[in-house]
Amino acid sequence: MSAKTARRSRRPRKARATGAFFDLRLYVAGQTARSLAALANLQKICNEHLDGRYRIKVIDLLENPQLARGDQILALPTLVRKLPQPIRRLVGDLSDTERALVGLDLRPRSPGKP
Amino acid sequence: MTSRLALRPATVRSVPKSPTGIQGLDEITGGGLPRGRPTLICGGPGCGKTILSMEFLMNGARRFGEPGVFLSFEETVEDLTLNFASLGFDPRPLAARKKLSLDYVRVEPHEIQETGAYDLDGLFIRLGHAIDSIGARRVVLDTIETLFSGLSQTRLLRAELRRLFQWLRTKGVTAIVTGERGNGGMTRHGLEEYITDCVILLDHRVNDQNATRRLRVVKYRGSTHGANESPFFIDESGISVLPIASLGLQHRVSPGRLSTGVPDLDAMLGGKGYFRGSSILVSGGAGTGKTSLAGYFADAAGRRGESALYFAFEESAAQIMRNLRSIGLDLEPRLRKRLLQIHAARPTTNGLEGHLSAMHRIIEEKKPRVVVVDPISNLISVGTSVEVKAMLARLIDFMKVRQMTALFTSLTTDEDHPEGTDVGISSFMDTWLVLRNIERNGERIRSLNVLKSRGMPHSNQVREFVLTSHGLKLLDVVRDQGRVLVGSDRVAHAGGGPVAARRAGRRAARR
Repeated sequence: MSAKTARRSRRPRKARATGAFFDLRLYVAGQTARSLAALANLQKICNEHLDGRYRIKVIDLLENPQLARGDQILALPTLVRKLPQPIRRLVGDLSDTERALVGLDLRPRSPGKP
Repeated sequence: MTSRLALRPATVRSVPKSPTGIQGLDEITGGGLPRGRPTLICGGPGCGKTILSMEFLMNGARRFGEPGVFLSFEETVEDLTLNFASLGFDPRPLAARKKLSLDYVRVEPHEIQETGAYDLDGLFIRLGHAIDSIGARRVVLDTIETLFSGLSQTRLLRAELRRLFQWLRTKGVTAIVTGERGNGGMTRHGLEEYITDCVILLDHRVNDQNATRRLRVVKYRGSTHGANESPFFIDESGISVLPIASLGLQHRVSPGRLSTGVPDLDAMLGGKGYFRGSSILVSGGAGTGKTSLAGYFADAAGRRGESALYFAFEESAAQIMRNLRSIGLDLEPRLRKRLLQIHAARPTTNGLEGHLSAMHRIIEEKKPRVVVVDPISNLISVGTSVEVKAMLARLIDFMKVRQMTALFTSLTTDEDHPEGTDVGISSFMDTWLVLRNIERNGERIRSLNVLKSRGMPHSNQVREFVLTSHGLKLLDVVRDQGRVLVGSDRVAHAGGGPVAARRAGRRAARR
């Protein structure tokens, strides 16, 4: 992914009063099939559930390896929800939409699971 | 015809090694950890894995010109810095000079949600970046199995770890991977299946309220290694391992001789005293004069201008000085000129390992020519006999290699059979003096004999000696009708008659 796309962001024209603003960072390593799948899955989730109240920043660690430290990145791809607080880390290509929604607090956690 | 089967052991080289710089460990491993390969260090909580790893890194950075990366999965960089500091070492300046890199990888299960396929490239990139940015030659991963608590896909993790260790090999870094001891295996998640070059096991157990630490090299591919458990010890200057295995009997021997400090005793030992670099055992019951002989020996070293180191396990330095002064031996000038140093400690204040490692350190640091251990028998009270014997052998070899002459005193409880009560250490001793108090006709007579003295002609006589305010004196042997006369009999025989004998008796009483 080029540096240009890495800074690609979607600023909402007007955040909805009903929901909080989502600041999301997707960490990947190069344009692998998994990276692209993760980005596609993320965009789909955002389109369906956040309605413009979000910003996605894609960070390619092959280009900026020093950034792995700050957000405690281990596995790739990792989605970090910087806002709203608290920080959430979602590991994997986001193909499990249910778990991704739970991880982003867009769906309540199933009972029995903390 | 030269046979291909002809072995050339001298030219067969074992795998290249990276020295750890840890006292004793390089000895057991024959030079350090396998260079460019990962080593697994496992053990239970608090066994010393992290400290050993840290010392490996800081020695690499400071002494061997090999920068290192410490990747912790358990402690923050602040905690790591404090831990390094507890070894008397501030990592920050080295980090500033890019000799060391500390990083904390946080694995919090409740912060992580798994949503699909992933791999551990993030960790690879992070570690690779740290390695490349300082040109690291050494890496520590402490404790990587923490990953299993945060990520649930065990099979994927195992495959990724296998890939990680392979990748470390291609990076050519010498790595330590630590693992927590698990049930039924070396580590909880079977890391020993992936790291097969070198595996070291640490153990921390309690024996009679004394905690002892043990280290064992379980395997070392392509190299011979000591297979025994070795005690090790952690103090403010780090780890020292004390290999129980002997250094091998290859030390140089010296034909040089040293005075015992008592001319008459020198005469009994072929006229010249002990061999330089030999070990001497002085055994005897309570109050037989062991410390006096030790004091003379230390004093004689000072007279030659050589430094002596005195380990006192029974009396304080002041007490020893006072008592020796009573027989006319003033060690004060030796102390002032630093020709004598006394280290006094109660054996129970430290574990056995603690003592022996402290002794090693002090000897290494002061480099004395002469060492006194008074008494060695007090060390038995802190260890089992087998341990004492093994560690003593180690200490003796250590000094022999350095051509130091060592005198050990030993308290015998059974005076009739001194051979039986000396921890079985007599075989390490080159010269053995036995002191006795013989009680007869209402008087106690001090006697001394040379039980053995390797490599020199020595007297076979049991000699009477006295401790006077002018010093220790061996008395001439007086014979009468084939008997050796001692005590009042001797005085009477010398022609003084009963009066002189009584006088001698009174003199003896004053002593």
